[in-house]
Parts: sequence; structure tokens; C-alpha cells
Amino acid sequence: MSPATPWFLSQLATICVGLLFLLAPLGIVLARRSFGSQVIYGACTLVCSVLAAVALIALLGPGSRLGAVQLAVGLPLGRTLLGFDSLSAAFAVIINVACAIVSGYAIGYGKHAREPERVVPFYPAFIGAMNLILLAQDAFSFLVGWEFMSLASWALVVSEHRSEANRRAALIYIIMATGGALTLLLAFGLLAGPGGGYGFAEIRQGAASGIGSIVLFLALIGAGSKAGLVPLHAWLPLAHPAAPSHVSALMSGVMTKVAVYGFVRIVFDLSGPPLWWWSIPVLLVAGVTALLGVLYALMEHDLKRLLAYHTVENIGIIFIGLGLALAFEASGLGTAAALALTAAVFHVFNHALFKSLLFLGSGAVLSATGQRDMEQLGGLIRRMPVTAFAFLAGCIAISALPPFNGFVSEWLTFQAILLSPQLPHWIPRLLVPAIGATLACSAALAAACFVKAFGITFLGRPRSKAAMEACETDRWSRSAMLMLAALCLLAGILPGFVIDSLTPVTQMLVGAHLAPQSAQPWFRIVPTDTARSAYNGLLVFIMVMAAAAATAFVVRRFASHALRRSPAWDCGFPDPSPATQYTAGSFAQPIRRVFGGVVFRAREEVSMPKPGDTAAAKLHVELHDTVWETLYLPVIRLVNVAADRLNQMQFLTIRKYLTLVFIALVLLLVIVGTWR
Amino acid sequence: MSLLDADIAHLLAGSMVLVSFMLLYQDRMFALLNTFAIHACVLALSVGWQAYLQGAPHLFITALIALLFKGIIIPIALHRIVVRLGIHRTLDSVVSIGPTMLVGMALVALSIVVMLPVTQGAGAFVREDLAFALAVVLLGFLMMVTRRNAVSQVIGFMSLENGLVLAATGARGMPLVVEISVGFSVLIAFFVVGIFLFRIRERFDTVDLSALDMSRGESS
Amino acid sequence: MSSGWLTQFAQAVLVLALAPLLSGVTRKIRARLLRRRGASVIQPYRDLVKLIRKEAVVAENASWLFRAAPYLVFAATWVAATLVPTFATDLTLSAAADIIVIVALLGTARFLLALAGLDVGTSFGGIGSSREMLFASLAEPAMLMAVFTLSLFAGSTQLSSISAYMQGPSAGLSISLALALVALVIVAIGENARIPVDNPATHLELTMVHEAMILEYSGRHLAVIEAAASLKLLLYLSLIACVFAPWGTAVAGAGAVAYAVGFGAYALKLAFGAFLLVLFETSIAKMRVFRVPEFLGIALMLGLLGTILLFVSRVTQ
Repeated sequence: MSPATPWFLSQLATICVGLLFLLAPLGIVLARRSFGSQVIYGACTLVCSVLAAVALIALLGPGSRLGAVQLAVGLPLGRTLLGFDSLSAAFAVIINVACAIVSGYAIGYGKHAREPERVVPFYPAFIGAMNLILLAQDAFSFLVGWEFMSLASWALVVSEHRSEANRRAALIYIIMATGGALTLLLAFGLLAGPGGGYGFAEIRQGAASGIGSIVLFLALIGAGSKAGLVPLHAWLPLAHPAAPSHVSALMSGVMTKVAVYGFVRIVFDLSGPPLWWWSIPVLLVAGVTALLGVLYALMEHDLKRLLAYHTVENIGIIFIGLGLALAFEASGLGTAAALALTAAVFHVFNHALFKSLLFLGSGAVLSATGQRDMEQLGGLIRRMPVTAFAFLAGCIAISALPPFNGFVSEWLTFQAILLSPQLPHWIPRLLVPAIGATLACSAALAAACFVKAFGITFLGRPRSKAAMEACETDRWSRSAMLMLAALCLLAGILPGFVIDSLTPVTQMLVGAHLAPQSAQPWFRIVPTDTARSAYNGLLVFIMVMAAAAATAFVVRRFASHALRRSPAWDCGFPDPSPATQYTAGSFAQPIRRVFGGVVFRAREEVSMPKPGDTAAAKLHVELHDTVWETLYLPVIRLVNVAADRLNQMQFLTIRKYLTLVFIALVLLLVIVGTWR
Repeated sequence: MSLLDADIAHLLAGSMVLVSFMLLYQDRMFALLNTFAIHACVLALSVGWQAYLQGAPHLFITALIALLFKGIIIPIALHRIVVRLGIHRTLDSVVSIGPTMLVGMALVALSIVVMLPVTQGAGAFVREDLAFALAVVLLGFLMMVTRRNAVSQVIGFMSLENGLVLAATGARGMPLVVEISVGFSVLIAFFVVGIFLFRIRERFDTVDLSALDMSRGESS
Repeated sequence: MSSGWLTQFAQAVLVLALAPLLSGVTRKIRARLLRRRGASVIQPYRDLVKLIRKEAVVAENASWLFRAAPYLVFAATWVAATLVPTFATDLTLSAAADIIVIVALLGTARFLLALAGLDVGTSFGGIGSSREMLFASLAEPAMLMAVFTLSLFAGSTQLSSISAYMQGPSAGLSISLALALVALVIVAIGENARIPVDNPATHLELTMVHEAMILEYSGRHLAVIEAAASLKLLLYLSLIACVFAPWGTAVAGAGAVAYAVGFGAYALKLAFGAFLLVLFETSIAKMRVFRVPEFLGIALMLGLLGTILLFVSRVTQ
């Protein structure tokens, strides 16, 4: 590769982002035309594929940092630098792969949109903004991209603005997004210091000690609110499902990853060496997020909201990895930190794949039946076999089960957790096993959650006419979903390649990296030591498949071939009504009873009619969203009270207004006068 | 101390923490009393093993006291009192068992965090023993705080005291340990009687047992 | 290398052949303890042959998942059972998968079986799946915590390394190990649908969990599922034996005598484990369904406590 290549790559990436932004106004023009949305989505697929390829070359190519492009159209404060380094290149690969496939899906799916002009123009801008954040090599363009991303996604959330719930979701989202951006602004402000060097390189050099801790919390709030860390997750399960499904896939699968990138960039890269206790708040928040996220998801019967809540859980898992990496890095355990960070970024990659896949699947179900409520679905595996197959793959992957990819990243996280006795400080040393238990719990609950999601939606008998008459989605959507499913499997059975590609990232952030996995025989992965732990996804996959094939062969050879179709047995009392099946609610009931009492203050009441009375018995379930009620409602109440008070200010005489202005002026002068 | 000796001492002291958790888990009166007897027996074993290892005969006395008083006499006496007074056989708690257990875990972690750095210079066994003992004490406290019933409060207190004895045995060369142990046992006996009388009076406005006879039907 | 492959292959065949026998032996011991004569120990083989010869009845609305699940469940369980060292530790594939993978493979099997339970859309299938996943949501982390304790002890998650460590001089008595053992036993009881968690012999609708899930299966499909269930029991017993009673297991490069000794020791361990399991089963009554989460929750607590207490043992100091 010639020395000019890196610069050329950055140039190319910048042009691609520019193209994406140009597609937005084009979208306005084309949206109403037939084929207009297909053109835009197709263009997005192309551009994202190019961006992914560029980022991959940037990631694997020689030299950790690429020359940044300085934009001619500089923003008013300082220079605008755009370019990839290892970290942003890795995230750019992940994001653009997902974006490209989702856009491919949208080529088919976008035809169903009722008002394409509300979606099509913002979609490329949204992708462009996310890429701008990754390309940014200075705080200013980072923040500009961040705001663009928030606004574009907000516009997409309100695209179906006729529903009251969606408008409320959008309002909460924009408030949270504004708050998050504000904290990030403060974080960058602190990092830049009084000198005001906003370029990342300048911040890195002048990383002042002391402010790091404040920056950590600001980043945790700012990036965490975008990613969906509990308790800042409140907007996420409202806003993600409100958008059209391919946008939901982007918001859940991709945008949260950009937020993770923001956190990693600020905490690992910019704010200097970490202190030993930094990992504690991160791990605590992450553990709570993982557990609460999956419990919320289990209680949810709306397919898309379930998936959105599940994003919260996965963000928790990612942040567990990041917290571990912080703990290890602060203690000078380079390899362990590299392992934890690899696990986290690997999970970012995995989640981008399978959460996009699942949202696309839910979109297919939605367009086929018009239903998001799982209680109205069922039996779709017979009507939509391809969607069901891809969705099943996604469910197995997200439940962290081998041989799919979700398992690999959780396995790596567990391996990192098992290195915790090396930590010198007692509190993280004891905290980490507890976090491990939380992670194990949330993984097991996730399996329950996705048995519910798949079993109730796709299996059983149809619970409504719409589900009975559903038909398979178009070819574009199917191939996009199958492609994601295949990627999930590939990343699961050949994880060594992913781990090796993350080497430059860990080298850049924690100054160490795992031993190259390509040196291992038979695509096996060995994070630290062969005697310690190893996993060979390919071999496990082949063994399971071979064992299944052998069994099937033997059974076919020796067993009776007779097969009779008959009505279901059901212990002798089959009931033709589909209402007698287990529903999502009944599936989750035991779990609600065991975990819900504490977490949701769940209360169940059965009101039985008196003997002899023919009235129906009623089951009344009461669930409380504890986080919302204890944290958000008081704030809302406070704001309302304050607004009521301030309302009177609107009806003052001019003299009183002048008095107010005068008092404000005098006060300001007094403050200025007494400042020193 | 050979490796096996140390392992047995570690196992016995660790079992104390485990039995403390079993105490927290109980929701039946008699099961609680039996578990407490086990707690005292494990303490006796642990102290006895220490006596053997350290060659300190006075610790045998402590072990014997633990076994006799707390392992046999007090559980039997409480058992009888519960039967005689017709006290509710189920225990109700302020906090349900799951969260209590979680808090218990956190307390064990806390005692490890507190004890191990402080006792950096001491021998491995003393460190383990002190950490375990502190955990037992804290769990005893937790039990007293989270249980409404007078009997479980007494049991909680006595298990706390077992933790103190454990701590005293682990730290070598404490000849006073015998006296301390006896003194505490007497104190506990006091507590048993005192709280009982108090509770009975609180409930019935009298310590006269005939008042209990009348309401035995509903409370047993 | 080649001896490792040979052992591996032998083990794969061995677990498959032994699993129904183990079920037969447990049933026989149970019958004797209940003062019944009981069926022959080879009855499970006969049952499997009988089921295989029968016609399979499949519900009209069952999907492909219903028919594929038994084979996949069986395959995942079989692979997991193959990875646990039984009579020898030099398993080639052991290097490909550690104990976390074994736990996760069982998770995959459970996931597919629970889906199969929901496939026909009957109320009993749903009840079984729902409860199975509830139990799993506590049993699986409990198992992982026990695994954590063992792995932190041995400094490895490879079962062969753990087994070797436990045989070595540095392993000793430890409260953490005791806790991990109890947690593992509880998980084994829960995961294998034994009393007090579930009754493998019941067909009383409202109390069954595992049986409710597979209620719609018949013929060859049922045979495969039954075989998978007995393999799972064998797996758990082998796992506990391999970690907590590693004596006699042949190591790599040992002679034929060592392998014979290892085999004999393994058979003895299995028989002893089966006896203890049945003894426990016969001396306890089945729990209400909502007592089971508490029972499994204890296992989780014990596992976590074991990990925490590990930090006050000499291994980590």
C-alpha cells in the first residue's frame, strides 16, 4: 500500500458521507415517485458497502492512524478533521455492514410505507450523521454529527405521527437526546480545557489529570442515555419501536453502537489513563442494565418493544465488557484489558447483526399481519417460513447459544471475568464475580425471553385472522434477513477473524492485544492460554450437525417410516380454539411471579365469582415501572409545577417586564463585580 | 499446621457462614431452631479443631460450652417454650428471603473487603477466620433486623455471638476467651427470658400464662 | 493425537451406550428402595426399540421445527456429553470446548425443546416450556457460578485441566468447593427433571414440566428425546464425578491397564452417583412449582457465595 493510500481512504470516506447527505434532499424530490424510495435505499446500500470496505481496509491496513482530511468548509471553531483511526474504523465496519443490509431490506420494505416522504429524506441523513460521528477527529464535528443523528432519528420516530403514543415517544426522546448532547458538550469542554484545542490529537496530548473522573460520569450520562443504560433508558423502548421497522433496526442495532463508540472514545481514548475505581460505577450500572433490560423485555408482549427492551440488556452486556476493560487497564493488566475490550466490541458487532435481523423480522411480521402485539400472532412459521427461519437464527444468536455469534462474545466476557482475581483492589475483585452472576442470569433470562418471542409469534396456532392470512415478505427483505442470519452464524463459527481484526483497536486503546488467533489450528480461539480455555465454534457446529445427521440417518435406516398426521393430542383434551394456547402473558407469568415482585412490585389478583355464579373469573395484573415512577415522574411533576408558576410571567405589564430585565442586568453586574 | 489441618479449619469456619445463610433462609420455627443447633455444633467443631491445632486446652472448654449450651440446651429450651406458649410456627419477615440473601452476599463481600486488607501481616488462617467471623456477625445482625419474630431475633443475636466466639478463637492467645464465652452465654439466656416476657406482655398485657391458654387455639 | 481421537470416539460411543443403562439402573434402585421388584435394568433399551418401531403421530399443524428439534436436541446433548471426560482425560475435542460451552450446548438443546413444546399450540406444551425456561433461568446461572468457582480454583475452564488439578496435590478441602458441589447437585437434580423438582414418572398434567413439553411426541421422535434425556443425566453425573471424584481417570499416554482401571472407576462412580440420587429422591417429596425457583435460587446463592468465599482461601491469596 502506498503512503498516499490512507489519505485517499479518508478522502473517499468523506466523499461517501457527503453523498449520503446529498441523498437527503434528493429523497425529498424522489420520495413521492414510484421507485423513488427504492433508488434512495439502493444508493444507501451502495454507499454503505463502499464505506464498510473503506473502513475495513483502514482497520486492517498498516499504520494505526490515517491521515485526516481537513475540510475546506471549516466550522467556525477551529479546523474540521475527518478520518479513520483503528477505533472508528472498527465501528465504521460494524455500522456500515448493518446499514448496508438494512438498506437492502428497505428496498423491498419501503414500498409498504404509507407516507414515504416522511421517511426517505431523513434515512440517508441519519446514516450519514452516524458516519460523520465516526469520521470526526475533533470534538466539534463529533458533536455536530451527534446532534444530526439525534434530529434525523427524531424525525424518523415522528414519521408515523398520527398515533398519540408515537408523539409522546418522540417528545421524551428529543428531551433525553438534548440532555445527553449537553452532557457530552460539557465533557468535551472539560477535556479541551481552557486552551480550547478541540482536535482529538490535541485533547490526547493535553489530557489534564483530575478532570477525568468528571468526564467519566458525563460520558456515562451522555453516551449512556443514547445507548440506553438504566435508568436513562426510558425513551428507548418508546422511540425505537415507533419508527418504521428498518429504522428501528438502525436505531436499536446501529445507533446505540455509535453511542458506545462515543463512550469508548471519550473514556478510553481521550480522558487519559483510568483510575482504579472508574470501573465500579460502570460495572454497577451495566449489571443493573443487563438484568433490568431483560426483565422488562420478558414482561413485554409487543414484539418491537420487546426487542427494544432487549437492546437495553445487550447494552448492559457491552458495558460490562467495557467496565472490565477499565478495571484491568487501570491495574496495568494489558492482556486482560484487551480481552475484555475485545469481548465488548465483539458484542457490539454481534448485537448490530442480530438486533437488526430481529427488527427486520418483526418488520416483516408487521407488514404481513399489521400486528405488533404477540397475543394476536402465532403460527407464522407456516405462512412465512423464510422470515421464521431467519428470525429463529437471530433468536438463538441473541440468547447467547452456540454455535451462533452471541455466545462467542459472552464466552469472551466470561473469560475476562475469570481473570478478575488478578485485580489488585478488593472492591472490583469481589464485584466482578457478582457481575458475572448477573450476566449469567440475564443470559438465561434472554433465552426464556426469546423462546417466548419466537414461540408465541411464529409457533402454535394463529391467534387472529391477520396471522392466519399472513404471507411471506418480498425477495429483498428475505435476502437481507438471510444475509444477516448467515453473518451471525459465520461470526459464531469463525470468531478468530473478528478477534484478529480487533487487534489494532485494543492495541490503540489499552496498549495490548490478544495473541493472533489465526495461528491457532482449526480456527479455534484461545484468549489467553491453551490450558486455560479454548473454544472452537466451527468444530462444535460441525460436531452438532454431524451428530444430528448421523442420528437422523440411523433413525431413518432402522426406525419405522410410518408417520401419521392427526389432531393434537394435548392429553386427550384438544380444544380447537386457539385461545386455549399459552399466550405471551401466560408464558411470562411464572417469571413475573418469581422476579417481578421485587423489580416491578407486581401484584396479581384473581377475582373469582361466587360458587353458582356464572360470571367470568378475572385476573388483574398490576405492574409498576419502578424506574419511571421513582425517577422520572417526580422530575415531570417538578417541571409542571415550575411551568405553572412561570406561566404568570406571560401576563405582565411592560413596566414589570422592564423591571425584570433591569434586575437581571443589575444582578449580572453584581456577579461580574464580585467574581474575584 | 499441615495443609490438611489448615483446610479442615478453613472448611469448618466457612461452614459457619454457610449455616448463617441457612438460618436466614428458614421460614419455619422448628427448622430455625434446628439450624441454630447446627450452627452451634459447627462452632463447637471449629473451636475444638482450633484447640487441637493450637494445643490450647481452654479452647476445648469453649467448644464444650458452645456445644452444650447453644447446641443442645438453648434449642431444646426454645423448642419447649415455643410449644408451651403456642407461638406461631411460621416466621414472617420484613424483607422477603431473596433480597435478604442478596444483602447477605453483599455483607460477606463487605467483610472480606474490610478484613483482608487490614490483616495483611497476619497468617493466612487468622485472616480467613476473621473474615468469616465478621461475616457471621453481620449476618446475625441482618437476621435480627429483617425478622419480626422474637424467637428469630434471639436466634439472630446468638448466631452473632457465635461469630464473636469464632473471631476470638482464631486470634491466638486469648485466654479470656473462656470467660467471654460464658459471660455471653449467660447474657443470652437473659435475653431469651427478657424478650420473651416482654413480647408476651406486649401481646397480652400480662405475663400470666393463663391468658395464653385462652388464645392458644388461634395462635398455634 | 491419534490416541486422543480414539479415546474421543470411544467416549462418544460409550456415553451413548451407557446412558439408557444408567436410566435403567436408577429406576431399578428406586424400585428396590420402594420395595418393588422393578423392571430389568435394560428396560430403557427395550423401550427405545419399541418406540422406534412404532408409527410416529404428528399433530396436523406441527411445523418442520417440531420434527427437526428432537434430532438437534439429541445432537447437542450428545456432543456435550462427549466433551466431559469420563474414563480418560485425553480427549481431542476437549480442547475445542470448555465447560462453559458444555453448559451452553445444553442451553441450546433446552431452547429448541422449549420451542418444540410451543409448536403445536396446546396448553400443556406451553405450560411445560414456560416452566422449563423459568427453571433454566435460575439453574443455568447457578451452574455457571459453580463453574466459576471451579475455574477460579483450577485457573482454567477446560474440564481436563480442572480434573487434573483436582487430582493434583494443590487441591484440598475448601468451603468454596463444597458449595460448588452442592450447587451442582441441585442444578443436576433440577435440570434432569428429578424429584423434588419434577417427576420423570408422572403424567399428572399440572405437575409435569419436562413431560408436558414433549407431550405431543411419539414414536421415533420420542425415542430420540428420551435418549437425549438419559444422556443428560449421564452427563451431569459424569461431570460431577470428573470434577469432584477424579480418581482413577486415565491420563494421556497411559497404558491399556490404566484405561481399564479408568473405565472400571467410571462405572463405579456412575453406580454410586445413581444410588445417591435415588436415595435422595425417595426420601423427599415433590415440591410445588413455585418452591422450585427458591430451591434453584439456593443453588445460585451457593454458587455465588462459593465464588466470593474463594477470595478467603489459600488458593487466591
